[in-house]
Amino acid sequence: MSSGGVLAAVRAGRLSSRPSWPVAILGALALGLAVAPLALPDWLTFNLHLALGKSLVVLAVALLLRAGLVSFGHGLFFAAGAYAVAFAARAGINELALQLLLAVVLATVLAALLGLVLARYRGIFFSMLSLGFSMMLYALLLKSYHLTGGTDGLRVRTPTVLGADLDREAFRAVAFYVTLAAVALGFYLAHRFASAPLGYLARAVRDNEVRVEYLGVSVRWTLYWTFVLSGALAGLSGSLTAYLIGHVVPELAYWTTSGEFVFAALLGGFGHVLGPLVGSGAFEFLRTYAFKYFAYTWQLILGLTMLATILFLPDGIWSLGHVARDLVRRWMRSSKRAA
Amino acid sequence: MIELAIGVLLDGLVFAAVLFLIAVGLTFIYGVLRVINLAHGSLYAIGAYAATSAVGAFVAAGGHPYLTYPLLVLTAALVGVLLGPLIERLFLRPIYAREQVIQLLVTFSLFLILEDAIKLVWGVQSRYADTPYAVLGQVSVAGVSYSVYQFLLLGVALAAGLLLAALIHRTRFGKLIRAVIADREMSTALGIPVGRVYTAAFAIGTGFAALGGAFVAPTLAVSPALAVEAIVLAFAVVVIGGLGSLPGAAVGALIVGLARSTAVHLAPEVELAAIYLIMVAILVVRREGLFGEPELRRI
Repeated sequence: MSSGGVLAAVRAGRLSSRPSWPVAILGALALGLAVAPLALPDWLTFNLHLALGKSLVVLAVALLLRAGLVSFGHGLFFAAGAYAVAFAARAGINELALQLLLAVVLATVLAALLGLVLARYRGIFFSMLSLGFSMMLYALLLKSYHLTGGTDGLRVRTPTVLGADLDREAFRAVAFYVTLAAVALGFYLAHRFASAPLGYLARAVRDNEVRVEYLGVSVRWTLYWTFVLSGALAGLSGSLTAYLIGHVVPELAYWTTSGEFVFAALLGGFGHVLGPLVGSGAFEFLRTYAFKYFAYTWQLILGLTMLATILFLPDGIWSLGHVARDLVRRWMRSSKRAA
Repeated sequence: MIELAIGVLLDGLVFAAVLFLIAVGLTFIYGVLRVINLAHGSLYAIGAYAATSAVGAFVAAGGHPYLTYPLLVLTAALVGVLLGPLIERLFLRPIYAREQVIQLLVTFSLFLILEDAIKLVWGVQSRYADTPYAVLGQVSVAGVSYSVYQFLLLGVALAAGLLLAALIHRTRFGKLIRAVIADREMSTALGIPVGRVYTAAFAIGTGFAALGGAFVAPTLAVSPALAVEAIVLAFAVVVIGGLGSLPGAAVGALIVGLARSTAVHLAPEVELAAIYLIMVAILVVRREGLFGEPELRRI
């Protein structure tokens, strides 16, 4: 059987029947997020902005998790996107759109190159190799002091938006909506990807890659394109976050940063495309509150939360929705019977 | 020129000794339990902190400086015996049946937990225990002076490696470990208490990490950044040598140690990058590492 035939069978089957309600939820979510800065206090908007910006890199990590790959090196693309913004400004490119484009292109090229090697690795070896690459970038950023400012990092200057010079406050508002639009676009892309043959294949690879190969599909290229998309999203995420923080440092490429992305993806759950959005939000708020109230034990709280998630909620916060839906259905059924 | 060569060689060997002590536990735990322990660096840091406390209290109580060496070993053993089984039972046992990926994440959360636990117990200020280091004094090699303690580190690493090799290849317990590594299910069927072998192996790995920490502690300021740096370097070592291989850990430690000292002496700015470059190069060329065995793909 050709791979096309198999895919058609998969598409015709239960797997492809997507309920239409997420679209409505998406709309409501986008609207809610769009008016949020008007209604929320500044610090909360900042957290929301940060969570949105980072949700794309969490999504990037989640796409790979769906394929059974744990990247402990996505900080590499995140940092590449962030530093691209800082370097672009230094090279005299001050336009926001151009800077974002540069960041995404750089991250995509990096992913396309590294993916050639990484797509051959699985399990622990994939994690280690991605960690190794990321730490190499960290070392380079740290030691090329004259270029990158070493541990001090680089300041991100406020760019022009479509040629207009904005002050810090106005730019922050613009940046929020740019981030929101980018996140919407990124998640839409990921949704299309996940419901396209390639996306299903990536999931099938996780279940059993040898059988996928018996279908006549190249596992390596499936993972390669997943990786490239993932790297591009991570780069975009890095650049968006750089504008908000206003500063880029080598720690963005450190292995613990990558670990936090994996944590957020796991927290939200990677079974559904929107899981990473929830995960990123939950992670940022958890960290902010843990840091605020337990300044000396916030990592401990993060670790315990992660353990609890793995042990008791293996499909992440998103799966709580299914639990709730089942409860509601059962309740409705029983109330019908009563009536 | 000759001073430089000796400097590179000695610094490299000393650094390799420390790396070996950390990495040998990591690779041993992976060999038996098939779990990559991201919290291994934290166990090393706990060993170092425990050593500062123990040595500090001992010296304050008027103990003889030369008795601090057995004290360091004792501290490490204590950390291994107390903490190892606790962590294995509490955190690892529930997840042996889960994917490798999940196991990696559990040890990552353990790393986060231990990071703060260490700060809670020992604070964020640097701690010192330099009595064992200072009391041995200096020795001159080819005109460059070295502290005798560094040679002691070499001896400790060598002894630890030989001890572990003897344990695995010369004792009954070692036979059990090798049986469990070879075939877990068959070992269970034959009545080998696999769970207890796992606990013991993890405790031994923890003990070695703590031993590394305890003997490094006198040479530096023990601070909270110790764990996070140690684990990635130990990673590089075991990946280069091959996961689960003891000779691999030794050779990997030598490669990383000598590469770092060469970089430090000749081109300091590439020091860190050089280590990861070697790690990546080895993974790309031979993913199972220099001494590892390739894994078969299962259908």
